[in-house]
Amino acid sequence: MLRYILRRALIAIPTILLISVFVFSLQKLLPGDPVLAMAGEERDAATLEFLREKYHLNDPIPVQYFNWIGNAVQGDLGMSLRTRQPVTELMAEKLPVTIQLAVMAMIFALLIGIPAGILSAVKKGTVTDYVANVVALSGLSIPNFWLGIMLILLVSVKWQWLPASGYVPLSEDFAQSVKTMLMPAFVLGTALAATLMRHTRSAMLGVLSADYVRTARAKGLAERRVVLKHAFRNALTPIVTLTALLFGELVAGAVLTEQIFTIPGFGKLVVDAVFNRDYAVVQGIVLVTAIGFIAMNLLADVLYVVLNPRLRGQ
Amino acid sequence: MTQPPRTTPETAPADSPVLRLGALEVGFRGQPVNVLDGVDLEVSAGEILCVVGESGCGKSVSAMALMGLLPPAHTRISSGNLTFDGEQFDLTRQTLPPRLRGGRMAMIFQEPMSSLNPAFRIGDQIAESVLQHQGGTHASAMARALEMLRRVGIPAPDRRLKEYPHQLSGGMRQRVMIAMALANDPQLLIADEPTTALDVTIQAQILDLIRELRDSLGMACLMITHDLGVVAEIADTVAVMYGGQVVERGPAAAVFENPQHPYTIGLISAVPRLDAPGGRLATVPGSVPPIAAMPTGCRFRNRCPFAADICAGKPPLAVQDGGHAVACHFAPLEQNLEVVA
Ligand SMILES: Nc1ncnc2c1ncn2[C@@H]1O[C@H](COP(=O)(O)OP(=O)(O)OP(=O)(O)O)[C@@H](O)[C@H]1O
Ligand code: SF4
Ligand SMILES: [Mg+2]
Repeated sequence: MLRYILRRALIAIPTILLISVFVFSLQKLLPGDPVLAMAGEERDAATLEFLREKYHLNDPIPVQYFNWIGNAVQGDLGMSLRTRQPVTELMAEKLPVTIQLAVMAMIFALLIGIPAGILSAVKKGTVTDYVANVVALSGLSIPNFWLGIMLILLVSVKWQWLPASGYVPLSEDFAQSVKTMLMPAFVLGTALAATLMRHTRSAMLGVLSADYVRTARAKGLAERRVVLKHAFRNALTPIVTLTALLFGELVAGAVLTEQIFTIPGFGKLVVDAVFNRDYAVVQGIVLVTAIGFIAMNLLADVLYVVLNPRLRGQ
Repeated sequence: MTQPPRTTPETAPADSPVLRLGALEVGFRGQPVNVLDGVDLEVSAGEILCVVGESGCGKSVSAMALMGLLPPAHTRISSGNLTFDGEQFDLTRQTLPPRLRGGRMAMIFQEPMSSLNPAFRIGDQIAESVLQHQGGTHASAMARALEMLRRVGIPAPDRRLKEYPHQLSGGMRQRVMIAMALANDPQLLIADEPTTALDVTIQAQILDLIRELRDSLGMACLMITHDLGVVAEIADTVAVMYGGQVVERGPAAAVFENPQHPYTIGLISAVPRLDAPGGRLATVPGSVPPIAAMPTGCRFRNRCPFAADICAGKPPLAVQDGGHAVACHFAPLEQNLEVVA
């Protein structure tokens, strides 16, 4: 098992390098001069040239790339051109916020998607199934920004139940932190819930007609136990795999939601960085996101093996 | 409780049968014609009843209906009385008490490879059934599971207990299924083609095991099979099904030596040709019409050499001497054939 994980991790290295080259080159092709953004009002040529020298922007691009990736391997992603803070420090500050959002969104998605998927599979072809599918399709089709704005207008402005924006770190005030994150997590979680529901439904439909489910019924077990233990346990593999993959996507997909609810997370960091031509930050974020995504893929594969007694021993 | 293995007409069970199923009619939703149209069966303690018939004649559906395993959303049981151990059940309500299923009435299936849950250990799967019906602690249920594995002849049972189904061969998995079915001392074991999916040598072992367990435990056994060889070897009584009806039933010797229904006669005269591997009971001339195109009255009418006008009416399953019952307007044939000719 450990060897398998190690091998998979090694295979991921070329992928990550490829992504890093791609991101780096794309950055250089984009219009706009980071030095201009940095210099602000003082646009005399000497200052600009000084800044270019300081940030090695006059070096040939391959040299710039190798400098960057060489440092990155050692855990140094450079300095933000804008705030002059190390990129890693910026990310360490923002990442927990986004992870909290993603985890809460995933909890929403699991709590809604899995029971709904099971129910609609068990009640296949009935009104319940139909309603669940219509709701799921709406969940997928309603844009996040619209749902977010509607929720803000209704829940925050009209009823004043929850704050419309702002963020309190978990470590500061747990309850308040969860409360401020509730709406954005819900918005982000709905679309995922719909995806999860549809996958749960099809996985459950696959196993509900299995012979071992019939055996479970023949044992005289209550239908609840037949469905939730014997069938669901076997439908779990694709669901868990999907959850791990979705989680990777979630971190990336949080950008828009963070903008709507003005949450100072990864999403906001990347948007600000792009607008300010803050190369180092953008590159760092993309690299870390890609690694995170690959790690989630790996986790999905590992869980797949762990959940299958047949594969476990090998 | 135990009876001599072969019930001859003279010693037909005087005590009432463990299972008596009457007038079972089952249809699938969206299909106008019933798949089962009057299935009548009886099995006594210590007796092996073999239900035979061509593919699609309704053997499995009958067994599933008995176990209450037909999905109520897709099936309609329009008639059916079950007397089980003296207790009456109305099958049309499709709510067989779960205490019967898996407890006093247990079932094993044709597909040993896929009938055990791949995600759970063998021991836990057997113990679950024990806990469901006998209660007790997990430890006592596991002890019972171990005892049962030993009972069905699984080598190194204490190790097997902790294994997953994929670690066992098909024959071993069927033994596990048998162990699970018998863990609660059922009065009736329903076996739906328990050996069809297995190698010939393993088939014989499983049949021996079932017979041996029947002898020692005295349970009744309803065994579904395609294979007349199996019937000849193991059956005390036989029920022949055609098109969702029991057309003939009785003590094995009587049915084999003196078949009365034209369909049974066709089957039995075709036995030698059934020795071919995987031989199915399809040697009667003509073929079974699809359910929707079943003739009314006697469902065998379109293939029967003796069919006459009267056959447009449904022949009752009439009991003749020695518990030998036939559903044919012309039974007993030897007396009535001249009349037709
Ligand atoms: N779920 C179902 N929906 C619709 N029709 C069904 C269903 N299950 C069985 N049938 C029909 O019921 C009839 C009897 O099927 P059954 O499975 O009982 O046959 P069988 O005698 O067990 O055959 P085999 O020897 O092939 O196992 C067949 O015509 C079959 O097509
Ligand atoms: S009732 Fe008529 S058609 Fe049916 S088996 Fe007897 S003779 Fe043939
Ligand atoms: Mg069958």
